[in-house]
Amino acid sequence: MEYTLDFKTYNDALKKNKLLGLKCSSCRTYTCPPKMTCQECAATNLEIVEMSGKGQIRTFTQTFVAPQGRECEAPYTIVLVELDEGPWVAGNLIDIDPDKINMDLIGKKVKLGHKVFPGDQYSAGAAARPLFSFLSEGVK
Amino acid sequence: MRRVAVLGAGHTKFMFDSPQTEIEMLAEASMDAIRESNLKSKDIQAIFCGNVLGDFSEGQGMVQSYLADDIGCFNVPASKFEGACASATMAIRDAFMWVASGFYDIVLAGGTEKATAMGTSLATRTFAMFGDSRYEYPAGFTFPGVFGMLAHLYSDQYKVPLKKLKEQMALVSVQSHYYGKDNPNAQFRKEITVEQVLKGFMVTSPLQLLDCCPFSDGAAAIVLASEDIAKKLVAKPVYIAGVGQASAGKISSQYKYLPRIRSREISVKQAYDMAGLGPRDIDVCELHDCFSIAGIIAAEGLGFAEFGKGGELWEKGETKIGGKIPINISGGLKSKGHPIGATGASQVYEIAHQLRGELKDQGRQVEGAKVGLVDTLGGDGTIINLILKVD
Repeated sequence: MEYTLDFKTYNDALKKNKLLGLKCSSCRTYTCPPKMTCQECAATNLEIVEMSGKGQIRTFTQTFVAPQGRECEAPYTIVLVELDEGPWVAGNLIDIDPDKINMDLIGKKVKLGHKVFPGDQYSAGAAARPLFSFLSEGVK
Repeated sequence: MRRVAVLGAGHTKFMFDSPQTEIEMLAEASMDAIRESNLKSKDIQAIFCGNVLGDFSEGQGMVQSYLADDIGCFNVPASKFEGACASATMAIRDAFMWVASGFYDIVLAGGTEKATAMGTSLATRTFAMFGDSRYEYPAGFTFPGVFGMLAHLYSDQYKVPLKKLKEQMALVSVQSHYYGKDNPNAQFRKEITVEQVLKGFMVTSPLQLLDCCPFSDGAAAIVLASEDIAKKLVAKPVYIAGVGQASAGKISSQYKYLPRIRSREISVKQAYDMAGLGPRDIDVCELHDCFSIAGIIAAEGLGFAEFGKGGELWEKGETKIGGKIPINISGGLKSKGHPIGATGASQVYEIAHQLRGELKDQGRQVEGAKVGLVDTLGGDGTIINLILKVD
């Protein structure tokens, strides 16, 4: 059985700042990032949709100890964002003073961009990830 | 299904930079387990082995086969189980089922790891391989990073101010070191203070150095056998009364339940139901405190505290010997160490010793303990639970 939306298609779209997800024709739940089946009811009658790319930060961490090959990125901030359509996606947060990363981030509205992780010897190539920034100015 | 018992158990010292290979460490622990069971290598019918990163740490795959040969269990079926940090517990659960089914009578189960050979940088990279490589690693996910996010989410969800939560988390590490100092197999045998935890360098917010377990080298192994054989060979068989296991997807896909780990609740219910027991019946518990916040989340998922109140167990001393539910009297992953492929076998080793009443000399005996619970987490949500019991 073929994927309705596979990693390559998702990744190619994300590189154009389009976040693709799946909408379940049975239970209407959105699945993003994509999977073979609906993440709520395991149905396979799924439709590809473009997500709004907007949502709110639900949690975060500022990482100082990076994995091999990514030391130059640290410190960086990882966020889990609850998209307006419901699912949570992982990405990074930019446009913030590293000294101002605290619990006030939770609930802040953000919008989607992207950045490509060029890959390393273990990653089977590059992969884009969502890069979130604040939806409105003045909340930095 | 027939009853299955843990007979002998073996455990190397957990440490940084072991001079031994993964196979040597596991061979020593295995022979100790076999001898303590009053058995010989030829009596072992199959081997169930946990090992995660042998390929990265010393260029050695398929350790289970070479282990079998090394310890003289020539040509027995030897299988490796990979469930990240829960690998050995996964191996033991399967070993249990093969004996319970009657297919085998006597088997060896255990695990080994040599993570410190990789160094922090490569180890951080390879441990991150047990998160989602395509949809989450590109954002720089590390294992501490996942638990850092869970800590912030916990604080927000349960309205526990971060400052208070951080103090509770520090107490988890402080208690682990308090008991670990008396465990001869522990990697760190010194006490630490809340102030030291709160002064450590930031690994990934809000987790500081002493909120995190170390990278470790070490091995542990146990022999499992059917009840009739166990009764003939050892004075005090420790029975496996219940087992549970559940899987989970990447952390973002668990959003409806976080910071609860649903797979833990499913797994431990299987184990409780099978044993006909509940959280109140557990006399001693070894749970997966890879990070301080992980210990608090685990205690809640296992039913020892209301959600959002797990930290109070440590605040009130309920997790100490004499408390409501003694937790990680071995020193836990934090102080005892966490050689990931071996950790589950180490937890079973500890509970078996507690239930046999053999830790008085070390000053860590939970008096009269008859029922113990093991909880091991692999990756973002692979959970295995075992309930052990003496008659």
